[in-house]
Amino acid sequence: MKEFINWMADPIRSFPVVTLLYYLMMRYYRIVGTKKFAYISLAVLLPVVVWFCTDPNFVAIILWPDNIPINIIIVLIAWLTWYSLYRCAQNDERLEQGLTPIEATPENREKVWTWPNLVYVELMCMIGTTIFLVVWAIIFKAPLEEPANPTWAPNPAKAPWYFLGLQEMLVYFDPWMAGVVLPGLIVVGLLAVPYIDTNPKGNGYFTIAERKMAMWFFMFGWLVLWIYLIIVGTFLRGPNWTFYGPFEFWDFHKVVAEYNVNLSEFVWVKWLNMPMPHNMIVREFLGIILTAVYVVVLPPLSATTKWGKKLIGDMGKVRYYIFIFLLLGMTSLPIKMVLRWLFSLKYIIALPELELSL
Amino acid sequence: MSGKGFADKVRETQVWKSIFRHGPPNNARNRAAVIAGNVFLHLHPIKLKKSGVQLGYTWCMGGLTFFIFLALTVTGLLLMFYYRPTAEYAYNDIIALKEHVPLGIMREIHRWGAHAMVITVWLHMFRVFMTGSYKPPREFNWGVGVILLVLTLLLSFTGYLLPWDQLAIWAITVGSNMAKATPFLGHGGPGAALAQIGDFVMVSDKNDVRFQLLAGRFVGEPALLRFYILHCVFIPLVVGTLIAVHFWRVRKDGGISAPL
Repeated sequence: MKEFINWMADPIRSFPVVTLLYYLMMRYYRIVGTKKFAYISLAVLLPVVVWFCTDPNFVAIILWPDNIPINIIIVLIAWLTWYSLYRCAQNDERLEQGLTPIEATPENREKVWTWPNLVYVELMCMIGTTIFLVVWAIIFKAPLEEPANPTWAPNPAKAPWYFLGLQEMLVYFDPWMAGVVLPGLIVVGLLAVPYIDTNPKGNGYFTIAERKMAMWFFMFGWLVLWIYLIIVGTFLRGPNWTFYGPFEFWDFHKVVAEYNVNLSEFVWVKWLNMPMPHNMIVREFLGIILTAVYVVVLPPLSATTKWGKKLIGDMGKVRYYIFIFLLLGMTSLPIKMVLRWLFSLKYIIALPELELSL
Repeated sequence: MSGKGFADKVRETQVWKSIFRHGPPNNARNRAAVIAGNVFLHLHPIKLKKSGVQLGYTWCMGGLTFFIFLALTVTGLLLMFYYRPTAEYAYNDIIALKEHVPLGIMREIHRWGAHAMVITVWLHMFRVFMTGSYKPPREFNWGVGVILLVLTLLLSFTGYLLPWDQLAIWAITVGSNMAKATPFLGHGGPGAALAQIGDFVMVSDKNDVRFQLLAGRFVGEPALLRFYILHCVFIPLVVGTLIAVHFWRVRKDGGISAPL
């Protein structure tokens, strides 16, 4: 059983599973967002977690002091995601019946005094947080390792936990993409959200039915591409950034055979049976064409589809193309992941001469 | 003895009245006065929609982020008394702090608080998205929030180096190596090789973005000083300013979001 879980946890299998679970969760949020569902999943998950915690390797990795925040955030996100779906399901049910969302009932629109109502809530939250932090500080000492030694690198050398999603992307992309371009696109994309999402509905209340597209895209990026990758980078990556299952001992000698092949090698050596050309543009022609199609041809092509026409009608051309460009940036990650797993593809364009590999 | 308790007598003293210029906040006039008359509380409106005080709607994550930011400022100031940002002293100062301050948990609160702040910022943003609160008229404030998110991560990242242990320098090495790959601006990034005039290399490891970040070609003492100043002075000043803008705009954009 443990072997099976170790085997399943490998991103090659767990990523599709997580994506599927995400799809089911969003598709059937009316069922997920019920108290009954929450209690049943708690009843199922708690014993599983307890059973997980009987394994020394699993406990070692989750109790590593700097990993504690990730445990906390996993629990909080699971709970708050369920809670949001619960609120959305409630509101969407009401909207269907022609009622207002709960936040818009006359009772909730009523104004109340800040003192004592809000001040009291804030005080309680501050006290709760203070107690939480003090207890956390007493139980777990802040880590302090050996003095800094520039000549000896620990293995694995990991960035702080909130950047491990980006470090995990390094498996699939070169640093200029994983460390600079994609994080830049995330920030630009977040800044652009309110200007791209022109849907006036769902302003100030929980709802999925009234803003399906925004929810589906954002939640995928947030839960699957960001949080899931952080979990993989933190708990499932050991020495040499090799994959280790949750119950697996971090054995430094674990050897993983990797035969990753560039697209140009597929083209020239495998398919055409020729030596690699010297001119790098000729060598990489297929990758360059494919990338150009992805970035330059796909957006205008998508604008001619029914979906694209409707969106352009709603938001205008400028917004549409910015949206599509950001979307292509986001989907480049899962595309690269799947290509790696299916074909052991390393680079679509391999131009080490220019440090420009995709 | 009259029917007045001790608390009532205190309230009637000149000292009390000089501090709190209104009576007890148990009527409408005084409840307004207590919020409007207090420099800290006046960040709030005097009245607000009921949904704005419900934890189920607000999650209080934005408020807690600010609270943790203040807690980190206080604990950080206390830590500064014990810490010198040089390769010679930094690590030993942390050891000394552990050994000379019995039952001290300031470093723990500072470190776990930093993690907690990242968590609360993310969850605040999650809630704001789920309730569509970035929609007009709050688009600009969402943008301010995104910048604050980036700065929060940078604050945590710069602080990571200061203990000057193995965890610190190698985490920062991994992180700052990314800057090396910045297109055109990092010496290992795409386009850098093109920026060359004859033999003169315009983007090298001696002047690229990573060099600017680390004040050197690797994580050494100049990087420690640079990160220390970024962490303790520069970024907190920017964050403090943007928090003021953020809160001001929450009020000006109509308070905590609610259905239009």
